Amino acid sequence: VRQYILKRLLLMIPTLFGVAVLIFLLLRVLPGDIVELKYAGAGAYAPKEALARERAQLGLDKPVWQQFVSWIWGIVHLDFGTSMWTGQPITHEIAIRLELSIELALMATFIAVLISIPLGTLAAVKQDTWIDYCVRVFSIAGLAIPSFWLGIVIILAFVIYFRWLPPLTFTSFWVDPKANFMQLIWPALAVGYRYSAVATRMTRSAILEVLREDYIRTARAKGLWERAVLIRHALKNALLPVITVIGLEFAFLVGGLVVTEQVFNLNGIGKLFVEAVSQRDYTMVQSLVLLTSFVFIFVNFLVDLLNAFIDPRIRYQ
Amino acid sequence: MKRSITIWTKAISVVIVIFLAPYVFAAQQESPRTGGELVFAVGGTPPSFDGHRETTFAMLHPVAPHYSTLLRFDPQNYPKIVGDVAESWTISKDALTYSFKIRKGIQFHDGSVLTTKDVKATYDKIIFPPEGVVSARQATYAVVDKVETPDEQTMVFRLKHPSASFLANLASPWNFIYKADILAKDPRWYEKNIMGTGPFTFVEYVAGSHWVGKKNPNYFMKGRPYLDGYKAVIIRDTAPRVAAVRSGQALIEFRGFNPAARDDIVKTAGNQVMVQESPWVCNLTVTINNEKKPFDDVRVRRALTLAIDRWGASKALSQISVMKHVGGLLRPGSEFAIPEAELVKLAGFSKNIEVSRKEARQLLKEAGVPEGFSFTLKNRNVREPYEVTGIYVIDQWRQIGLNVNHVQQEEGAYFNDFRQGNFETGIDYSCDFMDDPDLQLFKFVSSDKSPVNYARYKDSMLDDLYDKQSRATDPKERLKLIRQFEKRVIDEKAYQFPPTLWWQRIVPHWTKVKGWKITPSHYVNQDLRDVWLAE
Repeated sequence: VRQYILKRLLLMIPTLFGVAVLIFLLLRVLPGDIVELKYAGAGAYAPKEALARERAQLGLDKPVWQQFVSWIWGIVHLDFGTSMWTGQPITHEIAIRLELSIELALMATFIAVLISIPLGTLAAVKQDTWIDYCVRVFSIAGLAIPSFWLGIVIILAFVIYFRWLPPLTFTSFWVDPKANFMQLIWPALAVGYRYSAVATRMTRSAILEVLREDYIRTARAKGLWERAVLIRHALKNALLPVITVIGLEFAFLVGGLVVTEQVFNLNGIGKLFVEAVSQRDYTMVQSLVLLTSFVFIFVNFLVDLLNAFIDPRIRYQ
Repeated sequence: MKRSITIWTKAISVVIVIFLAPYVFAAQQESPRTGGELVFAVGGTPPSFDGHRETTFAMLHPVAPHYSTLLRFDPQNYPKIVGDVAESWTISKDALTYSFKIRKGIQFHDGSVLTTKDVKATYDKIIFPPEGVVSARQATYAVVDKVETPDEQTMVFRLKHPSASFLANLASPWNFIYKADILAKDPRWYEKNIMGTGPFTFVEYVAGSHWVGKKNPNYFMKGRPYLDGYKAVIIRDTAPRVAAVRSGQALIEFRGFNPAARDDIVKTAGNQVMVQESPWVCNLTVTINNEKKPFDDVRVRRALTLAIDRWGASKALSQISVMKHVGGLLRPGSEFAIPEAELVKLAGFSKNIEVSRKEARQLLKEAGVPEGFSFTLKNRNVREPYEVTGIYVIDQWRQIGLNVNHVQQEEGAYFNDFRQGNFETGIDYSCDFMDDPDLQLFKFVSSDKSPVNYARYKDSMLDDLYDKQSRATDPKERLKLIRQFEKRVIDEKAYQFPPTLWWQRIVPHWTKVKGWKITPSHYVNQDLRDVWLAE
């Protein structure tokens, strides 16, 4: 097991390196220049020489391969550099937003799991009854309604009917749990609903498949309680694809909630991503892509470990 | 007898009303209340904290309350200029020497006293930036030969030649006064730190989230500021920004909203909000790439501008966007604006659009441009006012038989194409902190002289007119030169079509926000020293 874990961890390095090369090159292909964007504002007539000096300070005057080597060398030393836009350390800029993004992803995942496992199981057990139909309508609606649209509806309902909005700025859970909860619960619900719809459908179909297996028939034949059959035998085996879906969705939520973060004005990783791309903040975009790639790979790795833990038939090979 | 009593009664009543009116009025006027925290929304993130290098209101709105400037615009009487750290000033007869007396006893937030050394260091950084320092408005002060400090209270600017705009440029809201000692140690210190003499001291900045300031108890204006503090909440997108003001979580957003957002806010909050509006020193220009065929032909360019119905645009677009005022190169309503009677004589500004379009078709025919000729209009992918304006302009050109493709780009690609000349026509913008010909006309001098002229033409006559108006000390003479400049750009050569329309600034805010008056620029009057909260 240890060897397997080590091997998987080591495999992350070439994957992340590949991602680094790709994003570095793609950004250089993108038209636009951060220095021009910085001084494109009204009334700004900075001389060309000054702009050239600024480019030199940012290292943009060097050949592309040199820029790449110096960036990778920094990362090897865990130095992600500074944001080209704000001049602040990348780690500082990301750290401010990461807590919110991870917390929101966790809350949305919790909501999704809380909804999807019982509903999916219920729908499978009561297949083709009115309960199943209701759950299917609920989950299809969740898939059809974009979470940002649901977010807009929530916000408008609050503003128009209650003249209230969630807090405008983020308060850490460790500072004021109530304020933290009041800000994040609404986007978590909006995102969690869509997320739960995916997981509910996956749970339902996985359980339906498992319920038709021979070992379920055997369990029933030897006189086990239906609840024990369902939880111990059916659900446990059906969880494998559900865990995979939940894991991938969680990884996506850490950096991918761009529009939801905009709708709820959350200072998260997704919003930072969009701003950094539009500002051509190369160092920031590169670091964010590496971070989200790392989260994806790591969560995938955890999901594999968890699957092996749940199903002993999966071997660490 | 009875009649004379009535007359006397009326006369006494009138006298009483006249004498008591000021007292009644004064009693009705609310006296400023101290205390409270103003929460306002800002639609962007400050890149750095240095006013000398930044160009966005997203920096100015949260940061300006920490600083003083040499002069400032009087917000109650814009564009009147008043002193900020300057107590008084004189201008020599030859208009080459500007001397300023600095107020005594002004303290930086660390307790040190402001002297002319600090003001000089500040302006040296702006006008003669040291190696490695970018000064975004350096070119504006190219007229300055030397900055001198004969004594601790006197500042002197010596100019190379007279400059009609120089005094107003010293009221620039970007020119924060910095501390000389700090600049001497690190001229880039202010990019990441705050140390000013303004009405509020720095408390906290959480990148991408909010900025907090608190009252400076040692502010040089006794009794100011009224607020205990302020919190600028960064809300980049329009919908949540509008929602924040609608709900009252943010009491104001100083840049402004469009008419739909204004109506939404008023509808939700009713008489708890009020709306301040003003013509804005911002406009959108249709830029033509004069190097590309057939736009190198003046007949084609004139045809394109003749086809645009500005007066119709004003009626239509002002319903849905901030685009509102028809004017020339200087903002309508400003002291430099072209009178309407003269404006309507310029190509593209006639009120008889059918006649203009007929002439446009004729010009296209003469230039050999076929019916259905296709080209692109490049635009920013910002809905308001860029997209609506682009659509309107394309529709206008369609009416003279042209087929235009609207290419909307995100900011990086858009600026890249404009700078590289990779466009045929496009929508460009202009936004300044004051009404000033030097600022507003600079976009139209030869492209090798003006980095913001994307139309790619050279015209020595325009350059000469620009220099002359800039140096003209006689206002009448200056106006005459401006009119000549305007006629050449808009009418004779039709290099670019400025402006499609000038903007209307619309700021809805909660009525409890007092002491703030809208001006034609969202860059000025942002130090919050006069702002107070009624509850």
